Amino acid sequence: MTTLTKQPRKASGRSGGNHGRKLQPVKRSMTSRLGDLKIALFFIFPAVIGFVAFFLIPTIRGIYLSFTEYSILGEPTWIGIKNYTAIFADELFWNAMGVTLQYVGLNIGFQTVIALGLALLMHRVAKSTFVRGALLLPFLVANVIVALLWFWMLDYQLGIVNEVMSWVGLPRVAFFGSEQWAIPTIAFVNVWRHMGYTALLIFAGLQSIPNHLYEVANLDGASPTRTFWSVTMPLLRPVLVLVLVVTVIGSFQVFDTVAVTTNGGPVNASRVIQMYIYQKAFGESDFGYASALSVILFVILALVAFVQMKFLKGNESDLD
Amino acid sequence: MTTSTISRKKPLNWRRIGAWVLVAVALAITIAPFLWMLRTALSSNSALASNAGNLLPADFSWGAFKRVLGLQTTEEAIADGGSGAAINFWLYLRNSIIFATITTAGQVFFSAMAAYAFARLRWPGRNKVFAVFLTTMMVPPIFTALPNFLMIKNLGLLNTMAGMSLPFLFMTPFAIFFLRQFFLSMSREVEEAAMLDGAKHLRIFFQIVLPNAAAPIATLALLTFIGQWNEYFWPLLVGQDENVRVLTVGLSVFKSQSPQGALDWSGLMAGTLVAALPIFLLFIAFGKKVVNSIGFSGIK
Repeated sequence: MTTLTKQPRKASGRSGGNHGRKLQPVKRSMTSRLGDLKIALFFIFPAVIGFVAFFLIPTIRGIYLSFTEYSILGEPTWIGIKNYTAIFADELFWNAMGVTLQYVGLNIGFQTVIALGLALLMHRVAKSTFVRGALLLPFLVANVIVALLWFWMLDYQLGIVNEVMSWVGLPRVAFFGSEQWAIPTIAFVNVWRHMGYTALLIFAGLQSIPNHLYEVANLDGASPTRTFWSVTMPLLRPVLVLVLVVTVIGSFQVFDTVAVTTNGGPVNASRVIQMYIYQKAFGESDFGYASALSVILFVILALVAFVQMKFLKGNESDLD
Repeated sequence: MTTSTISRKKPLNWRRIGAWVLVAVALAITIAPFLWMLRTALSSNSALASNAGNLLPADFSWGAFKRVLGLQTTEEAIADGGSGAAINFWLYLRNSIIFATITTAGQVFFSAMAAYAFARLRWPGRNKVFAVFLTTMMVPPIFTALPNFLMIKNLGLLNTMAGMSLPFLFMTPFAIFFLRQFFLSMSREVEEAAMLDGAKHLRIFFQIVLPNAAAPIATLALLTFIGQWNEYFWPLLVGQDENVRVLTVGLSVFKSQSPQGALDWSGLMAGTLVAALPIFLLFIAFGKKVVNSIGFSGIK
């Protein structure tokens, strides 16, 4: 970057030398240490406002609030780590954690496998933009709309899925209404919404694998399965790590689908962690407790990202 | 010779056929629910119950669309099997358009300004500041949502368009990162020539950098607009009031207004269909652009 910015100033004399603009360098050298600082400040000013007001201050304030008792009325009172000790004894918190982990596991497992399959299909047979576009469509439609659509299709009485199941002779299932099925159903809906998007990310990774490696494998007489495990998978690792990090972090924060369909129920069966934070803050006006919950969620997400990057060596590609 | 190539390729063709069948199944699973949405929206509510499995609209009717668009009186709606719950569609549509447009325009423009400073200007601490900006990508939205809600409330901006838009208006780390990548790769020559002619940075930014980066800026704007159009959590917290309620929130309210078991399904599906219409249209117009940008956007 630095070479890019330094070099052209010299070369610039080339095009308009006789205009007398050459006296500028004297003035330039005096200010060169600060460079374009003044004008740069002007250009980043709005972004800095946004950063400070809506990311930096809220982050600090959120951490501060987590050590207070604060119901939106009045002032927050400092109570030390009481919120955190209460959380660790809070059965509903552990339940929310369990439910969230169950969702994350189901979501990631199915989504990654299906998306990998779709990406391979796209790579081998169907590179057309139409196919890719069609698979992406659910991802572009709002979570709320996708949730309402499946809420209808999976309805116990009138939903087409239950209708088809009863034609085949299967018993009807209260997908959103039973404790056992609520989370798997929500996970399924979001897998449906995201599989095309995830497949496209993996597809982009597949396309970056040089073709000659496949030719070599072919010449060596490697079977397609062997080629997949020895060539495709190792070289796809950086992309897969990225996809995993993005989807794990995203799925820990599932909310929209739950809010529109089950609202956390039946009983506590689908009260994911973000739903719990929302209910604590806006249902019970317990902002201190809710802030402490979101600090914990934040720490978990940071750890997940860190561990995934380290363990899977996401930054290195075997190509280098 | 031709026969031998054919016979050699035959097993391969079977595999290809199998692969295409899988592609077709995936497409069907993706598309069919949307068709079912349309089929339900074109059915009359009272007929849905007795024709749950009928593949064509049950008792074809435009009633649900009329109801959603406010062209039907409450009595007509109830006679049609609706719950009588109203959806102030045009108002929510207007709010969604304002919200998504303002936030997209602000975010893309201000992020472009910052990206210009990070990519094309020399100043001390540039890369450090950029790194600090990037780390905010790690902060989950829920984490900043609570303090941001309190701030918007303290500013007296609850249930205003300003309160809904402000957190999205100035930047996202991703937008800055996305545009910086393109600005870095632009050639310096035109810029240098303009500078020799006495052009200032503002003019260079507006007349050279922005026009030259029109394609990535359009792509980013498109992705941002879709994201903002679909935003639910923040408008749910801050924009509950009818006057600023956006479509996503409006639809969930519409759903929860009607008692369980007596949902106005065709009305709900007509509503979701109309709410998704702008996305469908954008997709038809710019689908290729969106699809091709995904590979890049994933590399956050």
